[in-house]
Amino acid sequence: MGHMRADDAGIARRDFLIATVTAAGGLAVGVSLPGIAGAVPLPGSPWSDDAAAAGEVNAWILIEPDDSVTIRVAKSEMGEGVLTSMPMIVAEELACDWSKVKSEYASANRNLRENGVYKQMLTGGSAAVRGSRTYLQQAGASARERLIAAAAKRWSVPASECQAANSKVTHAASGRSLNYGALAGDAAMVVLAVGPAIKTAEQFTLIGTPTARLDTKVKVTGQAVFGIDIQVPDMVYAAVVTCPVPGGTVNTYDDKAILKHRGVQAVVPLPTGVAVVADRFWRAQQAALALPITWDRGAGAGVNSAGIKEDYRAALSGPLENAIVTGDVATALAKGKLVDAVYEVPYLAHATMEPLNCTVHLQADRLDIWMGTQGPDMTAGMAAHLAGLKPNQVFVHNCFLGGGFGRRVINDELVQAITVAKAVGKPVKLLWTREEDMRHDRYRPQAAVSLTASLGPDGMPTAVHAKTAVGSIIRSLKPMFDMSGMMGKGVEPLAVEGLVNMPYAIPNVRVDAALKDTHVPVMFWRSVGSSQNAFAVESFIDELAYAAGQDPYKFRRKLLEGKPDFLKVLDTLAEKGNWSTPMPAGKGRGIAIHEAFGTIVGQIAEVAIDSAGKARCERVVVVVDCGHVVNPRNVEMQIESGVIYGLTAALYDEITVKDGAIEQGNFDSYQMVKLADAPKIETYLALSGGTKWGGIGEPGTPPIAPALCNAIFAATGKRVRSLPVRNTDLSRQV
Amino acid sequence: MIALNVNGVRHELDIEPETPLLWVLRDEIGLTGTKYGCGIAQCGACTVHVDDQPVRSCSLAVGDAAGTNITTIEGLSPDGSHPVQQAWIAEDVPQCGYCQSGQIMAAVAFLKAIPKPTDADIDENLTNICRCGTYSRVRAAIHRAAGQVQG
Repeated sequence: MGHMRADDAGIARRDFLIATVTAAGGLAVGVSLPGIAGAVPLPGSPWSDDAAAAGEVNAWILIEPDDSVTIRVAKSEMGEGVLTSMPMIVAEELACDWSKVKSEYASANRNLRENGVYKQMLTGGSAAVRGSRTYLQQAGASARERLIAAAAKRWSVPASECQAANSKVTHAASGRSLNYGALAGDAAMVVLAVGPAIKTAEQFTLIGTPTARLDTKVKVTGQAVFGIDIQVPDMVYAAVVTCPVPGGTVNTYDDKAILKHRGVQAVVPLPTGVAVVADRFWRAQQAALALPITWDRGAGAGVNSAGIKEDYRAALSGPLENAIVTGDVATALAKGKLVDAVYEVPYLAHATMEPLNCTVHLQADRLDIWMGTQGPDMTAGMAAHLAGLKPNQVFVHNCFLGGGFGRRVINDELVQAITVAKAVGKPVKLLWTREEDMRHDRYRPQAAVSLTASLGPDGMPTAVHAKTAVGSIIRSLKPMFDMSGMMGKGVEPLAVEGLVNMPYAIPNVRVDAALKDTHVPVMFWRSVGSSQNAFAVESFIDELAYAAGQDPYKFRRKLLEGKPDFLKVLDTLAEKGNWSTPMPAGKGRGIAIHEAFGTIVGQIAEVAIDSAGKARCERVVVVVDCGHVVNPRNVEMQIESGVIYGLTAALYDEITVKDGAIEQGNFDSYQMVKLADAPKIETYLALSGGTKWGGIGEPGTPPIAPALCNAIFAATGKRVRSLPVRNTDLSRQV
Repeated sequence: MIALNVNGVRHELDIEPETPLLWVLRDEIGLTGTKYGCGIAQCGACTVHVDDQPVRSCSLAVGDAAGTNITTIEGLSPDGSHPVQQAWIAEDVPQCGYCQSGQIMAAVAFLKAIPKPTDADIDENLTNICRCGTYSRVRAAIHRAAGQVQG
């Protein structure tokens, strides 16, 4: 990238130049008008922000007289590292001493009051760095230039003779220097004539450096405050019991049977169940289990997984909506060697380690909410609507999120907590048990994906026709969150991502979809549509390679000619993953490559099949091209995380439906990869640089399922086309 | 009344003896570093030490813990200086961090029993769940802390 001027990026000059003095006399820089801060200090008591906010005025950066720098983060920390990576972007331009940087959440309330001062606060789509990098760089650069201007004025020298580095402004000619803390008050008064330039990638000194996360210490001492940890004076606890069949409602219940239990205070009806309120959570939970209750199980009552699977398979032959078409697929498929396969994936739960919970304190003119949410401003808007308040009367104290993976975008637990708070008139902590969390998730959609190709005389595909039958996430979410206007025209992108962007040079391509809903709610699950579509495409490409009698790596390589970014990842992968070295009997190696959220990830999985037919993934080699890297350490961590998340699903997991109800309820029936079955994971970067800044939270997940299944094929000759792997008997193939 | 010794402090609690220790630690005593993850001793997020033994506190009735010495993550060290916590920091283990109190408490007890473990020892004995998939760093941190934990 060249030197980008602030105003080139669409930020109005007048907004960009605002600076104000903090209560402590320091510099606060923001891209908006002054207002009252409501930021949550982490890991301290997240609900003390209003008291601390008196007189403070700031948006992204505070520099205090002791040189400490506080950088506000308008994204949610759910493990993906934003409380470190976002401040790194600001600090790079600010030229401050990284050891003096603290980070904390930006206030959603302030974002609503000040017309979006923090821009997009939703954390999702692996977009934290991609979406906010430029305006964070601008905020940092503006603060730096004002500090320089303040020093220059004090010394009566031209600003051009002064330099900023390591939290200090220096005038080399006279040997003078001043710390940022000493300049901050003056700098706050400076108005720059022009928006400063942003560094080019070659000039970075912090971005690209392996950096320890800022939230590690509080997470090894038990001090990090998650939503579940909140305790508010006089609060009561609520446990919920909701209809086992999604979409069902309460028929009758007998609250007298439990109101005499110790500590139980109330039973509050909810649209889909009841909340039992008590003075302690465990008492509420026990009473909820004991409550006599009958259900109207609703339209989904007769539905079973076998039927859903049949319906999705049948839908592939029914009416389809065309997503994309290139060339003439029908004609091309009529010639050459035909290969076709159907791949099936189940519903999947998010299973965040911290079950959903929400604490609310509802007053006549104010609502305080403590929870972990991926979109605190959206949460505030919804809460205001539910409580009959104005959005600026809602204070969301976002906590550390005990996992998100998409689940904490939609706050079902918030709806329930506000309902209970209205009924009992006290602060309420509402907590889902693990069983409630797993049975009332919004799941990764079940899907059937068929792929048909014809191979030409040289063995290379001349046409591919992809069809998917899958539930619509947009329709499923619509009652809670209408995103239909955000998606443009045509087939829902969430259903066909990974299919419509197949990177391979195939002259005739057609992608069709049947969006078919069931009563099971569906939503974003780490990597969304790519989670199932990469499995289908990358398994199928492997099948084509074998059908053509070609090496799966070299076959992909031919189809990616002219795409240097993909080739660099693929070639690095083959080298680091020892592709040309044979595996011993009973073991196999599989390869897959997929681009999602702007990042290309290639993976080679090595599996061993034991005598009982159990597949164990022993090693995964990963090569990543996310263009540029903010924190290489964090990239490794996110890739490791994405691989384990996808591997857990691929090997073990499915959410199944019996008589309309979700069968799995806990980790005994929804198995997790643990230390003993976690593979060795090696991550390598093959960065293309340029203008690419790809996401990193999700792209590690899609390739592992196909890499694993391709490795199983290499080891056993058995093609796994339906996940999870454990449903396929591999024992005879050893 | 049930008497409980937690991190060297004695508590007298008017509580049903069948209450899981987890909820007593969190909701009665206010030690929230110990986490609820599953309630059925599957995930280990609630791991504490009861008389130096690792216990999944969601599945131990508080009545059965009376008279024992209980250590939670808050009692492991006053400042995060325990060798296992230091190893966790050095290896950048936590991501979301929710399971890590339990991971650390399980690892401390494990290293007391097996001071210098092999990978096979780790696989066999440590079964805590981490949904962020921090396992390779958990393993590295355990090896880093090996030999530094007093039995």
